[in-house]
Amino acid sequence: MILTLVGVSRGMVEESKKRASGVGADIWVRPPNSSLLSFSSAAMSEKLIDFFAQQPHVVIATGSANYSAGVMEPVSGVDLEKFARMSGGFRFLEGGTIRNPDDIMVDDRFAAQRNLHAGDKLTLWNRSWNISGIFEAGKLARIILPMAVVQELSGATGRISQIFLKLDDPKNTQGVIAALKANPALQGYPIYSVEEWTSLFSVNRITGLRAFIGVVITLAVVVGFLVVFLSMYTAVLERTREIGILKALGATPGYILGILLRETAVLAAGGALLGIGLTFGTRWMVNTFAGPSLTQTIVMDWWPITTGIALAGSVLGTLYPGWKAIRQDALEALQYE
Amino acid sequence: MNNGDGPIIRIRALRKRYRVGEVDVEALRGVDLDVQAGEFVSIVGPSGSGKSTLFHILGGLTPPTSGTVAIEGIDLASMTEAGRTELRRTKVGFVFQKYNLLPTLTAGDNIAIALHIAGKSLEIDTWSQEALRLLGIDHRLDHKPRAMSGGEQQRVAIARAIVNHPAILLADEPTGNLDSKNSDAVLSLLRDLNERLKQTILMITHNPEAAAYGHRTVHMRDGRIVEGETGPLVS
Repeated sequence: MILTLVGVSRGMVEESKKRASGVGADIWVRPPNSSLLSFSSAAMSEKLIDFFAQQPHVVIATGSANYSAGVMEPVSGVDLEKFARMSGGFRFLEGGTIRNPDDIMVDDRFAAQRNLHAGDKLTLWNRSWNISGIFEAGKLARIILPMAVVQELSGATGRISQIFLKLDDPKNTQGVIAALKANPALQGYPIYSVEEWTSLFSVNRITGLRAFIGVVITLAVVVGFLVVFLSMYTAVLERTREIGILKALGATPGYILGILLRETAVLAAGGALLGIGLTFGTRWMVNTFAGPSLTQTIVMDWWPITTGIALAGSVLGTLYPGWKAIRQDALEALQYE
Repeated sequence: MNNGDGPIIRIRALRKRYRVGEVDVEALRGVDLDVQAGEFVSIVGPSGSGKSTLFHILGGLTPPTSGTVAIEGIDLASMTEAGRTELRRTKVGFVFQKYNLLPTLTAGDNIAIALHIAGKSLEIDTWSQEALRLLGIDHRLDHKPRAMSGGEQQRVAIARAIVNHPAILLADEPTGNLDSKNSDAVLSLLRDLNERLKQTILMITHNPEAAAYGHRTVHMRDGRIVEGETGPLVS
């Protein structure tokens, strides 16, 4: 449970990071007061693109207008020609780029989950679209449309959500950012290098996510502890007679507790291994059935942590019934049915 | 310590009182008994006569209320719980009516765990090999209890009880769950163990025919040893 939840939270962040990196920009400009992961509707004037294009060292300036095709299904509207030059172009697995007004492009993950192919129809916003191509995931949203179409759909003609700048040389990035930030007209606009921007995509930097994961992990630990505790308590009760036999044979309290704890440790380690194995299954299920916005990764650095939690929980959960068992009268234990 | 001449078990003025709900029950009301090393003593008596309580005290499963009980000269009355645990590990072997084998272990492991608890090598020594041969279970050691007959399980329980060479073997109704054929086999084995390996045995039974396998029979009633026993009570 812990590995799956951490894997989903980290997977979503890393997926966002990967798609941000896939743009190919050296500098990102966000609207004033925008939050890190907001895929907000267009909030800046499209004219800003021309302004940025005229800045020293900027070779390509473009942007995207964002819109939503439903809960957690963002759509990006881009200048296809400029975006292709900046990002190196979409890599199409089927079909090709948008050529007609009703064309739409989706990524392979979106297509796989909906069993879509190039040439199929897709209904969004009560409108039938023709899928012109299916591209390899990793660039902006999973659904791509021309910028003007998204602006029209969102009722934000002439507005964009973010601006991407590609420089003549990435080494000039900090200098250009400094110059832009010094411009009084751009006060309040968050301006990031791509490294700064993608570094923000971490669990610790996203407000609430760390606390959320903390709550989930705490719940998982409590639930896991209770499950193990009650399981061991029941197991000890069921084995009261066996404990009585061991006592009749002269087993010391330490010997009996040692058996219980070793058994628990083996069970916990086995359970942790099984849990790790199951996360591969949940990753497949999440990535296949849970919708294109949810992504689960395998969080190997959490394997020892969760194994430690399982071991600690199970050992602590064994100590109480174990302590009760070794204090139990041998005669009573032997007569237990 | 027992010097080899005196009785291996010496019981004097043994009393045991315990509480059931709000009622005090006088289970033993002054028992005197000596058992010599190498003896096979049968203890018979009706339910509630105190024979099981005597068995539990001798086995260190419960302390006496008063009186003295010494095994090989060691007084059980003043023993702590740890002392009684040590007694069960080194001086006493138990055979129960319900066999009380560990169900998840094989017959061999049920025997080996007694060695392990005693901190001994898991190798079966010559004495124990002879005992296993006498018991006729040397070919069944890889089987789990559920795959064995009652008679076989009881023979494994006997092997487990004697593998650490206890001073005394306490058998509580060892044939109580067996048919007559298996009962005869188990009783003959106990007698063989006593005669060939000089194992001291105290056996509780309801059955006079089973009791006849012992050298002498001690009768109990109402927490006392009563007249009619065969052989000397106190030397």
